[in-house]
Amino acid sequence: MNEIFRILEQDARKTPEQIATMTGIPLAQVEETIKKAESDRTILKYKTMVNWDKLGEEQVWALAEVKVTPQRDVGFDAIAERIYRFPEARTVYLISGTYDLAVFVVGKTMHEVAGFVSEKLAPLEGVQGTVTHFLLKRYKEDGEIMDGEEGPKRVPIMP
Amino acid sequence: MKKRDLISKRVKDIPPSGIRRFFDIIASMDGVISLGVGEPDFVTPWHIREAGIYSLEKGYTSYTSNYGLLELREEIARYLKVRHNLDYDPERELLVTVGVSEGVDLALRAIVNPGDEVIIPDPSYVSYTSCTVLAGGVSVPVPTTIENDFKVKAQDIDKRINPRTKAILLGYPNNPTGAVMDREELLKVAEVAQRHSLIVISDEVYERLVYGVEHTCFASLPGMKERTILLGGFSKAYAMTGWRLGYAAATEEIIEAMMKIHQYTMMCAPTMAQMAAIKALKDGEAQVQEMVAEYNQRRRVMVKGLNDIGLTCFEPRGAFYTFPSIKSTGLSSDEFAERLLLEERVAVIPGSTFGQCGEGYVRCCYATSMAEIEEALERMGNFVKRHRAI
Ligand SMILES: Cc1ncc(COP(=O)(O)O)c(C=O)c1O
Repeated sequence: MNEIFRILEQDARKTPEQIATMTGIPLAQVEETIKKAESDRTILKYKTMVNWDKLGEEQVWALAEVKVTPQRDVGFDAIAERIYRFPEARTVYLISGTYDLAVFVVGKTMHEVAGFVSEKLAPLEGVQGTVTHFLLKRYKEDGEIMDGEEGPKRVPIMP
Repeated sequence: MKKRDLISKRVKDIPPSGIRRFFDIIASMDGVISLGVGEPDFVTPWHIREAGIYSLEKGYTSYTSNYGLLELREEIARYLKVRHNLDYDPERELLVTVGVSEGVDLALRAIVNPGDEVIIPDPSYVSYTSCTVLAGGVSVPVPTTIENDFKVKAQDIDKRINPRTKAILLGYPNNPTGAVMDREELLKVAEVAQRHSLIVISDEVYERLVYGVEHTCFASLPGMKERTILLGGFSKAYAMTGWRLGYAAATEEIIEAMMKIHQYTMMCAPTMAQMAAIKALKDGEAQVQEMVAEYNQRRRVMVKGLNDIGLTCFEPRGAFYTFPSIKSTGLSSDEFAERLLLEERVAVIPGSTFGQCGEGYVRCCYATSMAEIEEALERMGNFVKRHRAI
């Protein structure tokens, strides 16, 4: 059954009919599985990966490392929630190591991103400190090489 | 003065490849989708390529032992033990070859005396018959049919055996049909081989590419290790066709004989490829399984698509080929392939390329992207509509 999700994760536009053919799972079962997954948030949403550089639209991304003081009973969750509710914080992970939360921030300009970190993130109660790294170049994103991957150069006719 | 024949009779007697002309047509066209390929559309997994590069950096640029690197032979022996519970001595019973292609040639030249007969299922991979002839032997085709999903029957082999018969050459999972033999029938073939003291050359280059069925290694059948020349490779499972690497496993006597030819004609298999293959065997399993899962999805789409457009197709269980019948169009397989290419820009291989029993079929390879498969099926559907025999 996980094969259905693997296919959709690679190409969200695959129809239930196509998935049924590809997997050999009956169509009704594919449809039901997808419907259920959509309603219980196993499937969060369908999205498209866009290479914004190609569109000439400037986007500034940064990784803000955030060191926080965990709170009694709720640990890191309460402070994480305070942070992830900001729309600028696109991705928020709790991680192990020298800091606690990795926050990927996006904005239109460097100024905007820096402003978010210094005015909204850093002053939060429980945040001990932040280190901000601006993203310079994307080579590969979620398994996709930005420049595209060269396929094999095959002889078109071979017995 | 009479002009002297430059080319030997033996080579002249081998018919030219019927598909060469398709190259020229394709070269002159744009937008061709090729289902005529015979290799994976994946690039070799990076960690395997990286091992090859590292071997160059470290200066592994010399010959290896004629038998191949011992470490590689040990890995192959381990692989055959784990996968098929076979015990081959890496020092005496394994030979690393330049692809299964060389393995087929060595096996035949090592065992065939002039006039000896080799029984070969029809249709089969093109090199079997030609290599038999080049070795001085006579190829004896055994028909296989769609009624039996193109699996060869032991009784049909049995009928063709005479005192000149030396060997049976099996290639399953099969190119071009995608057929996979089941164990029961192979046991019967084993019985025939035993009864007539025949050698079985088993080309198992596609052994990892099976879908929903088990591949039975011929050498693993009771009593068969002694009479089998097992040919295995890296080309298809690890997407390593261009590295040119394979291996042969057989008794010490046979490996010694094959090695004699190999040492004078090839010296050894490419060193860089051998280094990469060690990596492939050590930790390529996850990638093999990922590729197999992808092929399987495309296989289902292709089989359904072909049947939907009226090109009847049995369900192939191995390799990456479908072998649909084109009889509904009334065209010969050669005409079909040529017109399909010219009219719809889809390349397939005429079944007749692989033997007489392939007439009436074409080989479509699904080792190509899903988008191309879907587009090719649409074009083929248009073609079939226009050419349906009345
Ligand atoms: C049945 C069969 N045997 C052998 C080969 C050659 O394999 P290799 O690349 O190992 O020489 C092929 C390649 O298409 C094949 O289809």
